[in-house]
Amino acid sequence: MKIVGVSGSLRRDSYNTRLLEAAAELLPEDVEFELLDGLKAVPPYDEDDDLEPAPEAVARLREALAGADAVLFATPEYNSSIPGVLKNAIDWASRPLMTNPLRFKPVGVAGASSGAFGAVWAQEELRKVLGALGARVVEGTVPVGHAPTRFDENGRLIDEDVREQLSALVKALLAAVEERRETSPPEPVAA
Amino acid sequence: MNTEEMTMTSVPVGTWALDPVHSNVSFEVSYLVGTFRGQFRDIDGRLVVDSNGRAILEGSARVASVDVKDEQLAGHLQTPDFFDAERFPEIQFRAEGIDVNSGQIRAQGEITIKGTTKPVEITGTLTPPAPDAFGNERIGAVLTATIDRQDFGVSWNAPLPTGDMALADEVTINAELFFTKAD
Repeated sequence: MKIVGVSGSLRRDSYNTRLLEAAAELLPEDVEFELLDGLKAVPPYDEDDDLEPAPEAVARLREALAGADAVLFATPEYNSSIPGVLKNAIDWASRPLMTNPLRFKPVGVAGASSGAFGAVWAQEELRKVLGALGARVVEGTVPVGHAPTRFDENGRLIDEDVREQLSALVKALLAAVEERRETSPPEPVAA
Repeated sequence: MNTEEMTMTSVPVGTWALDPVHSNVSFEVSYLVGTFRGQFRDIDGRLVVDSNGRAILEGSARVASVDVKDEQLAGHLQTPDFFDAERFPEIQFRAEGIDVNSGQIRAQGEITIKGTTKPVEITGTLTPPAPDAFGNERIGAVLTATIDRQDFGVSWNAPLPTGDMALADEVTINAELFFTKAD
């Protein structure tokens, strides 16, 4: 089983990236984790450029998502919503809609912000966007408010309440993958 | 055959197979300023009536065959936001004991959508048996039922600037069914 982590923040010391790293440590040993980088290289979505072959960064993005059994997102909140760079990457990944690599794929959403609310609106927004492109968005949010206080100077998660919430989300994600394997569709649904 | 008597009292005895080409199973739901409609193209069903007049109506619709006027929307309707075609590929209906009175049908049945089964009342009309051009005996039924989509976890919605929701919870299911006598 493979989980891909996507951070909505490009910043080197991003709390959201650290959150994904903390989530990776909660995975069973036989589950592979890949932290996706390269969102910065994804060009602005333009349907005129949405051709075969896709731009290299887009092809890498789609391939990474296609190879995942589940995807865990961690998003900061910019102006009450998700960062443009994350939305842009998702927009590329979602095309064409009926065969996009996230269709029916279990996805989980967490989020960290330096403010009090822990990117709750961004997480809600991201859940909506992922649902619209057909992903199986598992229940549970992980709102990490006052993010600078939740990690140590080495970027390691030190808040046990957050770790517990993250663990619950990871478990829900793994359960959704198992359920999907057990109830494989009798016929392809992407008509 | 006394056609009038049949419409008055019961569903005609026999096994009646659904003619999926001429039959239609559709849904309608209030959306914004009007009514939005869609249908399921791939449907199946049968009506079995034993010699005691006990009738069983069963039907199913393939979720992946949901048909609306926009392909992107059809794609969205198949996903977990709505019907979740991957996990729950079929909508099923079954009713035992169908009351017929002057061609009017009323039945208590069960409908399964997205893995959840709930009781549902269907009402409608029954058209008495008639031969088609190929010598087959046919009957027709026009049925309707109303459900609350939230009962089945078909819960997608979008808030409007007014605070209201774009899509209503109450959904009307309409079935115009053609049956051909199978035995």
